[in-house]
Amino acid sequence: MKSFLKKNSVPYLFLLPWLIGFFVMTLYPMAMSLYMSMTNYNITRPNSTQFIGLGNYIQMFTSDPKFMKSLQVTFLYVFVSVPLKLIFALLIAVLMNQKLRFVGVYRAIYYIPTLLGGSVSIAVLWRKLFSKDGVINMLLGSLPGINASDLPGWIANPKYAIWTLVILTVWQFGSSMIIFLAGLKQIPQDYYEAASIDGASKVRQFFKITVPSLTPVILFNLIMQMISAFQAFTQAYIISGGKGGPVDSTLFYSLYLYNKGFYLSDMGYASAMAWVLLLIIAVLTLIIFRSSGSWVSYGTGE
Amino acid sequence: MDVNTKRRILGGVRLTLTHLVIIVIGLVMLYPVIWMIVSSFKPNNMIFSDTSLIPKALTLDNYVTGWKGYANVSFGQFFINSILLCVFAVVGNVFSCTLAAYAFGRLKFSLKWLWFAVMMLSVMLPAHVTTIPRYLLFNAFGWTSSKDVIVNYLPIVAPKFLAVDAFFVFLLVQFIRGLPKDLDEAATIDGCSRTGIFFRIVLPLTTPAIVTTALFTFIWTWDDFFNQLLYLSSPNTFTVSMGLRSFVDNSASSNWGGVLAMSTLAMIPSFILFFSLQKYFVRGIATTGIKG
Repeated sequence: MKSFLKKNSVPYLFLLPWLIGFFVMTLYPMAMSLYMSMTNYNITRPNSTQFIGLGNYIQMFTSDPKFMKSLQVTFLYVFVSVPLKLIFALLIAVLMNQKLRFVGVYRAIYYIPTLLGGSVSIAVLWRKLFSKDGVINMLLGSLPGINASDLPGWIANPKYAIWTLVILTVWQFGSSMIIFLAGLKQIPQDYYEAASIDGASKVRQFFKITVPSLTPVILFNLIMQMISAFQAFTQAYIISGGKGGPVDSTLFYSLYLYNKGFYLSDMGYASAMAWVLLLIIAVLTLIIFRSSGSWVSYGTGE
Repeated sequence: MDVNTKRRILGGVRLTLTHLVIIVIGLVMLYPVIWMIVSSFKPNNMIFSDTSLIPKALTLDNYVTGWKGYANVSFGQFFINSILLCVFAVVGNVFSCTLAAYAFGRLKFSLKWLWFAVMMLSVMLPAHVTTIPRYLLFNAFGWTSSKDVIVNYLPIVAPKFLAVDAFFVFLLVQFIRGLPKDLDEAATIDGCSRTGIFFRIVLPLTTPAIVTTALFTFIWTWDDFFNQLLYLSSPNTFTVSMGLRSFVDNSASSNWGGVLAMSTLAMIPSFILFFSLQKYFVRGIATTGIKG
């Protein structure tokens, strides 16, 4: 007993803040939220709370077209923006992975959008850039054969609004690029030298050496970026003025959850939505991990 | 011309082309940000009739009108609030995450495997599943409606003092594990306690990872919008993010110059930190694959 205490007391003292945080800020809220997801709890009338079992979950998938719309919007956004972002990050990383002068400066410049991209400032800027009388239309309008007044207001048009958010996300490829650059440094140069001697072209080397060697890094980036893309909130909120419009075309999952839980005070339903999101992310992560056996190579030497 | 000279010239051309491509793409990428900064100095009526990066007339009017802020609270107050919030967040994260990371990275104790697994899982956990009960909890404490700046910031700051941003625990654990163990062992032989080793050996050596933690905490808290939207209740506790948002919603049609000017100011702290401490950024991202 004495030695047990001696072994554990100091480490647990160091761990104490985290332990309290885990129980009070993570575990308890998770349990509460799971329970709430099976009630019709509404913060404005807590006394009429009833246990409704899977009612919220059933309602989501059978009689809430807005929910289905938000799923559709979010999936489109995640499945388009994440791969595009990774492709850009990889191409630019390869371009920079040479004995170039000023590489540090370039890397810093390419990281700036990532540094600023999540802020309200940039969202505000985006809203202005892509509006009907915005800079993008003025620039496009100055091209031959395009008349600025025929161009749509990208933010205000339900067909295009989501794409302005995709562009905003892809624009922030900086941290993926830095991770790819670190990965590229690990690839032994002799691979490329051997391939050059065998007469393999640069493009062939890219697909036969670079991409396979980077697959573990690609897997990592893919999962991290996917998880954060599913939770995107700020940009859609600011650009659509908080409502996910026009016509719900930018109604990201998180935005709908927020509006349900905190605007309409329907917190039981919002809790259920949170658990569905957790499930979606968990399943997709699992699928990617499972599939990784067939496309990720961890080298042969280890 | 012999083969070698030819190859050298070709190599030079290729290198120049690479530089050119990188610079052109970089300029296209930065155009929106540069346009924003330049436009913030243009007279209001010229902002949206001019795509050029060289202003035809310069003015500080936008900064003057923008600085007035929103609901009689000036942007100066929003800046002070943001800095206050960020400093609390940084102190909280550095304090709690370093302690936990030392336990996970260096000490032996019962059930370590379980807590470590749980901690790693919580890195991937979407915030949504804890948001609503946490909100209700803080609401019950009276923190969400407080007009007192410090109290109103507790819902955002308190979790940081409890190492809820497990991502940083992970980052610090990775770093501490990489430190040579001989120093600890020598210190133990000399009779140094585990607490002594933490303060005298591990903490000083962990400084680079602590700087990375502080940097990312500061910038992410500065840019964070969701939590501030959720918890900050009145204009006198508003941060820069909230100030900007209210500003946009309320003066969208009239004063875009002011909005752009304040947005430009809002980016300055991130810029300064990034350019002065760049190597910590790159190292932090490259070694842990930081999100964002």
